Amino acid sequence: MGPRLKLFLPLLLFVVLAGFLFRGLSLDPRELPSALIDKPFPAFHLASLEDGRELTRESVTGRAALFNVWATWCISCRVEHPYLEQLADEGIPIYGVNYKDNDEAARRWLADLGDPYVLNIVDREGTLGLDLGVYGAPETYLVDAAGVIRYRHVGVIDERVWRSTLEPLWREITAGGES
Amino acid sequence: MIPEFGHFALIIALCLAVLLTLVPLWGAWRRDINAMALAPGLAMGLLVFTGISFVCLAAAFLQDDFSVEVVANNSNSLLPAMYKFSAVWGNHEGSLLLWVLILAGWTAAVAVFSPQLPLLMLSRVLSMMGFVAVGFLSFSLFTSNPFARLLPGTPADGQDLNPLLQDPGLIIHPPLLYMGYVGFSVAFAFAIAALLGGRLDAAWARWSRPWTNVAWAFLTLGIMLGSWWAYYELGWGGWWFWDPVENASFMPWLAGTALLHSLAVTEKRGLFKSWTVLLAIFTFSLSLLGTFLVRSGVLTSVHAFATDPARGLFILVFLGIVVGGSLTLYALRAPAVSSRVGFGWLSRESLLLVNNVVFTVATLTVLFGTLFPLLMDALGQGKYSVGPPYFNAVFVPLMALLMPFMGVGPLSRWKQDSVRRWRRELLVPAIATLACGVTLPLLHGDYNIWAALAILLAAWLLLALLRDLWNRVKNASSPVAGLRRLAPSYWGMLVAHLGFAAAVLGVVLTSQFAIERDIKMSPGDRETLAGYEFRFLEVGGVRGPNYVADEARFAVYRDGRELVRLAPQKRRYLASGDIMTEAAIDAGFFRDLFVAMGEPVGEEGAWAIRLHYKPFVRWMWAGAVLMAIGGFLTVADRRYRRQRRAARERLREEAAHGAQA
Repeated sequence: MGPRLKLFLPLLLFVVLAGFLFRGLSLDPRELPSALIDKPFPAFHLASLEDGRELTRESVTGRAALFNVWATWCISCRVEHPYLEQLADEGIPIYGVNYKDNDEAARRWLADLGDPYVLNIVDREGTLGLDLGVYGAPETYLVDAAGVIRYRHVGVIDERVWRSTLEPLWREITAGGES
Repeated sequence: MIPEFGHFALIIALCLAVLLTLVPLWGAWRRDINAMALAPGLAMGLLVFTGISFVCLAAAFLQDDFSVEVVANNSNSLLPAMYKFSAVWGNHEGSLLLWVLILAGWTAAVAVFSPQLPLLMLSRVLSMMGFVAVGFLSFSLFTSNPFARLLPGTPADGQDLNPLLQDPGLIIHPPLLYMGYVGFSVAFAFAIAALLGGRLDAAWARWSRPWTNVAWAFLTLGIMLGSWWAYYELGWGGWWFWDPVENASFMPWLAGTALLHSLAVTEKRGLFKSWTVLLAIFTFSLSLLGTFLVRSGVLTSVHAFATDPARGLFILVFLGIVVGGSLTLYALRAPAVSSRVGFGWLSRESLLLVNNVVFTVATLTVLFGTLFPLLMDALGQGKYSVGPPYFNAVFVPLMALLMPFMGVGPLSRWKQDSVRRWRRELLVPAIATLACGVTLPLLHGDYNIWAALAILLAAWLLLALLRDLWNRVKNASSPVAGLRRLAPSYWGMLVAHLGFAAAVLGVVLTSQFAIERDIKMSPGDRETLAGYEFRFLEVGGVRGPNYVADEARFAVYRDGRELVRLAPQKRRYLASGDIMTEAAIDAGFFRDLFVAMGEPVGEEGAWAIRLHYKPFVRWMWAGAVLMAIGGFLTVADRRYRRQRRAARERLREEAAHGAQA
């Protein structure tokens, strides 16, 4: 390689990088692979964090609920936690998916910070997360009474997110269930 | 009316930026002195009109003009005036305007403080900065207009500023950070101007150095404030998360650190020219990349701005033009043959090369970790997130590798040094270092190998620097006279390196020895942590200007004596309904005590309480402040003043000749 050609190397690397960045623009990291929206919640056999009994898809579906993917190593989950408690107080059932976490740490977290969850699914190996297409915690899935995923939110749920996107959908789903 | 005025000023600023890009560049090409001489005036005009625009937006915030969309979305009539002002840059549109204002400020500063520059060089530099301004002004005007109105449909009150941003640290954090980011555009513009002119010499490096050092110092302060803010405002005592947004500011810092050392070699020895130019381009490119990552939504982060693909595409195209264009220019114009000046393996050049390699590798690993989720997603390999384990695993050994060389660097000689001389100079510091490394960790009960290593490395830096200082002072008539003879640039290096040692100590000791306890406490309960007894006195209600809060009142006792009272809060902001944790911290030279409230537990008024004992955590930020001070000190160096004086005399002479003619 000639000495002049060598100087083109940084440019070449940049072009490759720019290609990836361009591709990245058309991918939304917050977007659910469309295949899973309006598809049934994936089947699983996993233990419950509370008492260790085996849970399946059937034991957590049957009514409209939120499924919140969380972990003790996740900073944003801490931010989100008080708001989940508030939602739970308002009577919205939230199932926890304790994602790639340590059981002991997770139980301590719930004891210290409060427990907004109906129950928690232990997804230590991240298999359920894989089926759901989890990108990172926290993520929250809106699942209707028929066990069908209706919406996926990546990131923290706060008052604004809830009021602007999730609550209208929630109303729609629960109203549909009653009629 | 005021917002329209601001909008109009912004449009004029864009026109001026276009002129600033084209006219001086054309002048430099045609050697037209009149065209080139327009550059400083245009730069000042750019600053004035961007400034007017910024003031108009600030006025809209301070007057609660909720017909302006960004004001309605990010302010509230109850918000304290201080935060109404900082809310100007608490959102995408306004922070972009701040970015442009600071860019215009740096451009004007180059125009004012560079009379020693040949007009040809100055016009090219200002033209490049003008081009960057064109990019960001059009970004602002075409995709993120801060003056967009909500007419009709003006809301009665605003949605309030994100409570996380309602904090004194966050008032100055973004401006400092942008001063750093944007400041690297000066080094970039100098590099491009030098490439255009085909003259990469010591003079070019000497002109770039003070600008680079100042930008680097600002960026250091900005990053430090961000980390400090995360520590006390996010409420769980962490201070660095390797979050994409943090990395976006950290990468230019790492590359900038390599750049300012490489510039030293280029100035003093005329070596590493192509490499230094590449680093200058690389550093500023990372600033732009950071902007892209934060504002385009390609990565998820706790504190990303509201995103929009159109914005992402705009920055990407601009990034492509600036970085692609400058790298093409680099490939065509950079000197391909290596310099004939050689240097020995044992020399200051080699040690600075180690610095460059370490910091470049560090930058690339952080870059790789930050972009990895994006790369895998683009390749269809699924969604990933890369966390602290990766970054710590690569970053800690790199810094540990750097520090032994960092001790030798300042007292080594240019061109050729010898093991024998190093042994003579460094034997005593090395023995003392070992003694410190072995004994000091014993002060803390159990022997911690990481703490011992950190103390060893920090002591090595300190003692080697003292040895060097002694060498420079010992021949003077008195130590004071010797100290006074030292150049500010030397002091700058000394202070910055000491700051680095302090920061390393702070990071390691606080990571190793921090004690954190999350417990349930009721008023009346006591808890002892690291010899401090925390007494939970009561819970009270507090009403702030735009929030209501529960406040837990603690008294901290040591050996039976009351030391301090701490009152963490749990706030509920009225406009947004957001709940925020406000930690209470007793800061100290050797340790911080940190109390934060979790959630109420049970019915009897018990709360989940988080108690932290954080030894040496202040050293980290104090170290960063020292590094920044070091960066600022170097600019006071006589050789820059001398340049300026010489230039002024030359101007005076020219003026006198002109009068005679």
